[in-house]
Amino acid sequence: MPVSIVYLGPLADRAAGAPTSLPAPLDWAGLLAAVGELLAAQLANDRVHVACAGKVLADKRQLCAQDGEEVALLPPVSGG
Amino acid sequence: MRLVETGFSPGHPLGLFAQAHRDSGGIASFVGQVRGGEAHALELSHYEPITLPAMRELAETTARRFALDGLLAWHRVGVMTPGQAIVLVAAAAPHRRAAFEATDCMMDHLKSAAWFWKRERRDDGWHWIEPRGQDHADRARWQA
Repeated sequence: MPVSIVYLGPLADRAAGAPTSLPAPLDWAGLLAAVGELLAAQLANDRVHVACAGKVLADKRQLCAQDGEEVALLPPVSGG
Repeated sequence: MRLVETGFSPGHPLGLFAQAHRDSGGIASFVGQVRGGEAHALELSHYEPITLPAMRELAETTARRFALDGLLAWHRVGVMTPGQAIVLVAAAAPHRRAAFEATDCMMDHLKSAAWFWKRERRDDGWHWIEPRGQDHADRARWQA
Protein backbone atom coordinates (compact mmCIF):
# COMPACT_ATOMS: atom_id res chain seq x y z
CA MET A 1 0.00 0.00 0.00
CA PRO A 2 1.26 3.49 -0.78
CA VAL A 3 1.76 6.35 1.67
CA SER A 4 -1.07 8.90 1.56
CA ILE A 5 -0.27 12.59 1.75
CA VAL A 6 -2.59 15.19 3.30
CA TYR A 7 -2.09 18.93 2.87
CA LEU A 8 -3.68 21.04 5.62
CA GLY A 9 -4.88 24.66 5.77
CA PRO A 10 -3.37 27.02 3.19
CA LEU A 11 -1.09 24.22 1.93
CA ALA A 12 -4.17 22.48 0.53
CA ASP A 13 -4.70 25.38 -1.89
CA ARG A 14 -1.04 25.58 -2.84
CA ALA A 15 -0.81 21.84 -3.36
CA ALA A 16 -3.35 21.65 -6.18
CA GLY A 17 -2.02 18.94 -8.47
CA ALA A 18 0.58 17.68 -5.95
CA PRO A 19 0.60 13.92 -5.27
CA THR A 20 -1.78 12.58 -2.60
CA SER A 21 -0.19 9.15 -2.65
CA LEU A 22 3.47 8.07 -2.95
CA PRO A 23 5.26 4.72 -2.83
CA ALA A 24 6.47 3.42 0.57
CA PRO A 25 8.86 3.72 2.25
CA LEU A 26 8.91 7.50 2.00
CA ASP A 27 11.56 9.75 3.54
CA TRP A 28 11.78 13.56 3.68
CA ALA A 29 14.05 13.87 0.64
CA GLY A 30 11.73 11.60 -1.33
CA LEU A 31 8.71 13.68 -0.39
CA LEU A 32 10.38 16.98 -1.32
CA ALA A 33 11.49 15.55 -4.67
CA ALA A 34 7.95 14.37 -5.44
CA VAL A 35 6.02 17.59 -4.71
CA GLY A 36 7.82 19.96 -7.07
CA GLU A 37 10.24 22.79 -6.38
CA LEU A 38 7.75 25.47 -5.39
CA LEU A 39 5.94 23.41 -2.78
CA ALA A 40 9.20 21.81 -1.57
CA ALA A 41 10.54 25.28 -0.75
CA GLN A 42 7.45 25.97 1.37
CA LEU A 43 7.61 22.61 3.15
CA ALA A 44 11.26 23.27 4.03
CA ASN A 45 10.14 26.27 6.16
CA ASP A 46 10.88 25.55 9.86
CA ARG A 47 7.32 26.47 10.78
CA VAL A 48 5.82 23.72 8.66
CA HIS A 49 5.43 20.55 10.76
CA VAL A 50 4.88 16.99 9.64
CA ALA A 51 2.78 14.26 11.21
CA CYS A 52 3.21 10.61 10.29
CA ALA A 53 0.66 7.98 11.35
CA GLY A 54 -1.02 10.48 13.71
CA LYS A 55 2.15 11.68 15.50
CA VAL A 56 3.78 15.07 14.96
CA LEU A 57 7.48 14.53 14.24
CA ALA A 58 9.99 16.40 16.38
CA ASP A 59 12.26 16.58 13.32
CA LYS A 60 10.48 16.26 9.98
CA ARG A 61 13.76 15.32 8.26
CA GLN A 62 13.53 12.01 10.14
CA LEU A 63 10.35 11.12 8.24
CA CYS A 64 10.16 7.45 7.37
CA ALA A 65 6.62 6.54 6.33
CA GLN A 66 5.74 2.88 5.83
CA ASP A 67 3.11 1.05 3.80
CA GLY A 68 -0.39 2.43 4.38
CA GLU A 69 0.65 5.27 6.70
CA GLU A 70 -0.64 8.81 6.32
CA VAL A 71 1.70 11.80 6.18
CA ALA A 72 0.15 15.18 7.03
CA LEU A 73 1.79 18.49 6.16
CA LEU A 74 0.91 21.08 8.80
CA PRO A 75 1.49 24.77 8.04
CA PRO A 76 1.65 27.30 10.93
CA VAL A 77 -1.70 27.47 12.75
CA SER A 78 -3.83 30.60 12.46
CA GLY A 79 -3.95 33.20 15.17
CA GLY A 80 -6.95 34.96 16.63
CA MET B 1 -12.88 18.20 25.32
CA ARG B 2 -14.92 18.18 22.20
CA LEU B 3 -14.76 19.25 18.56
CA VAL B 4 -18.18 20.42 17.45
CA GLU B 5 -19.27 20.39 13.82
CA THR B 6 -22.50 22.36 14.11
CA GLY B 7 -23.53 25.53 15.95
CA PHE B 8 -23.83 25.18 19.73
CA SER B 9 -25.24 27.27 22.53
CA PRO B 10 -22.56 27.68 25.26
CA GLY B 11 -25.16 27.96 28.04
CA HIS B 12 -26.11 24.31 27.88
CA PRO B 13 -22.69 22.66 28.31
CA LEU B 14 -21.77 25.34 30.86
CA GLY B 15 -24.87 24.53 32.92
CA LEU B 16 -24.05 20.82 32.92
CA PHE B 17 -20.45 21.58 33.86
CA ALA B 18 -21.61 23.72 36.80
CA GLN B 19 -23.91 20.92 37.96
CA ALA B 20 -21.03 18.45 37.82
CA HIS B 21 -18.86 20.74 39.99
CA ARG B 22 -21.23 21.85 42.73
CA ASP B 23 -18.52 21.56 45.37
CA SER B 24 -16.05 23.87 43.61
CA GLY B 25 -15.45 27.37 44.94
CA GLY B 26 -15.88 28.94 41.52
CA ILE B 27 -16.18 28.49 37.79
CA ALA B 28 -14.70 30.87 35.22
CA SER B 29 -15.65 30.66 31.57
CA PHE B 30 -14.84 32.23 28.23
CA VAL B 31 -16.81 32.16 24.98
CA GLY B 32 -15.10 33.19 21.74
CA GLN B 33 -17.43 34.29 18.92
CA VAL B 34 -17.03 35.10 15.26
CA ARG B 35 -16.45 38.85 15.04
CA GLY B 36 -18.78 40.94 12.91
CA GLY B 37 -17.28 43.21 10.27
CA GLU B 38 -15.50 42.53 7.02
CA ALA B 39 -15.86 38.77 7.14
CA HIS B 40 -19.17 37.13 6.23
CA ALA B 41 -18.07 33.68 7.30
CA LEU B 42 -15.23 31.91 9.08
CA GLU B 43 -14.09 28.38 8.38
CA LEU B 44 -11.98 26.34 10.74
CA SER B 45 -10.30 23.20 9.51
CA HIS B 46 -8.50 20.62 11.63
CA TYR B 47 -6.72 17.30 11.25
CA GLU B 48 -8.62 14.56 13.05
CA PRO B 49 -5.68 12.35 14.18
CA ILE B 50 -3.89 15.12 16.08
CA THR B 51 -6.19 18.08 16.82
CA LEU B 52 -8.33 16.51 19.56
CA PRO B 53 -5.53 14.43 21.18
CA ALA B 54 -3.38 17.60 21.40
CA MET B 55 -6.30 19.53 22.95
CA ARG B 56 -6.73 16.76 25.56
CA GLU B 57 -3.04 16.88 26.40
CA LEU B 58 -3.17 20.67 26.75
CA ALA B 59 -6.22 20.37 29.03
CA GLU B 60 -4.52 17.79 31.25
CA THR B 61 -1.42 19.96 31.61
CA THR B 62 -3.57 23.04 32.40
CA ALA B 63 -5.77 21.19 34.90
CA ARG B 64 -2.67 19.91 36.75
CA ARG B 65 -0.87 23.24 36.70
CA PHE B 66 -3.77 25.16 38.27
CA ALA B 67 -4.99 22.27 40.45
CA LEU B 68 -8.48 22.46 38.91
CA ASP B 69 -11.53 20.45 39.88
CA GLY B 70 -12.52 20.29 36.21
CA LEU B 71 -11.89 21.81 32.79
CA LEU B 72 -14.25 22.03 29.82
CA ALA B 73 -13.28 22.97 26.26
CA TRP B 74 -15.50 22.85 23.19
CA HIS B 75 -14.15 24.04 19.85
CA ARG B 76 -16.09 24.49 16.64
CA VAL B 77 -14.85 23.30 13.27
CA GLY B 78 -16.47 23.97 9.89
CA VAL B 79 -18.14 27.12 8.60
CA MET B 80 -19.47 29.72 11.06
CA THR B 81 -21.13 33.11 10.69
CA PRO B 82 -20.65 36.28 12.79
CA GLY B 83 -22.10 35.99 16.29
CA GLN B 84 -21.76 32.20 16.45
CA ALA B 85 -19.67 30.62 19.19
CA ILE B 86 -16.23 29.31 18.14
CA VAL B 87 -14.91 28.16 21.48
CA LEU B 88 -16.08 27.61 25.04
CA VAL B 89 -13.61 27.10 27.89
CA ALA B 90 -14.65 26.71 31.53
CA ALA B 91 -12.54 25.93 34.58
CA ALA B 92 -13.80 24.86 38.01
CA ALA B 93 -11.47 25.36 40.97
CA PRO B 94 -11.50 25.64 44.76
CA HIS B 95 -10.70 29.39 44.47
CA ARG B 96 -11.43 31.99 41.79
CA ARG B 97 -7.85 32.96 40.88
CA ALA B 98 -6.99 29.49 39.60
CA ALA B 99 -10.23 29.34 37.58
CA PHE B 100 -9.58 32.74 35.90
CA GLU B 101 -5.95 31.98 35.16
CA ALA B 102 -6.55 28.47 33.84
CA THR B 103 -9.22 29.78 31.44
CA ASP B 104 -6.89 32.51 30.20
CA CYS B 105 -3.96 30.10 29.85
CA MET B 106 -6.07 27.51 28.01
CA MET B 107 -7.32 30.16 25.56
CA ASP B 108 -3.83 31.50 24.84
CA HIS B 109 -2.66 27.98 24.00
CA LEU B 110 -5.74 27.13 21.93
CA LYS B 111 -5.21 30.32 19.90
CA SER B 112 -1.54 29.91 19.16
CA ALA B 113 -0.68 26.23 19.50
CA ALA B 114 -3.75 24.12 18.69
CA TRP B 115 -4.02 22.47 15.27
CA PHE B 116 -6.62 24.65 13.60
CA TRP B 117 -6.44 26.59 10.35
CA LYS B 118 -8.80 29.49 9.74
CA ARG B 119 -9.96 31.28 6.67
CA GLU B 120 -12.57 33.97 6.30
CA ARG B 121 -14.82 34.91 3.44
CA ARG B 122 -14.84 38.59 2.54
CA ASP B 123 -16.43 40.36 -0.41
CA ASP B 124 -13.57 39.27 -2.67
CA GLY B 125 -13.40 35.60 -1.64
CA TRP B 126 -11.71 33.37 0.96
CA HIS B 127 -8.56 34.51 2.80
CA TRP B 128 -6.39 32.33 5.04
CA ILE B 129 -5.59 33.87 8.44
CA GLU B 130 -1.87 34.01 9.10
CA PRO B 131 -0.40 33.51 12.59
CA ARG B 132 -0.22 36.73 14.64
CA GLY B 133 2.80 37.75 16.70
CA GLN B 134 0.47 38.85 19.49
CA ASP B 135 -0.83 35.30 19.94
CA HIS B 136 2.68 33.99 20.49
CA ALA B 137 3.42 36.81 22.94
CA ASP B 138 0.19 35.92 24.81
CA ARG B 139 1.24 32.28 25.08
CA ALA B 140 4.78 33.20 26.18
CA ARG B 141 3.29 34.79 29.33
CA TRP B 142 2.65 31.29 30.70
CA GLN B 143 6.15 29.95 30.21
CA ALA B 144 7.63 31.44 33.36
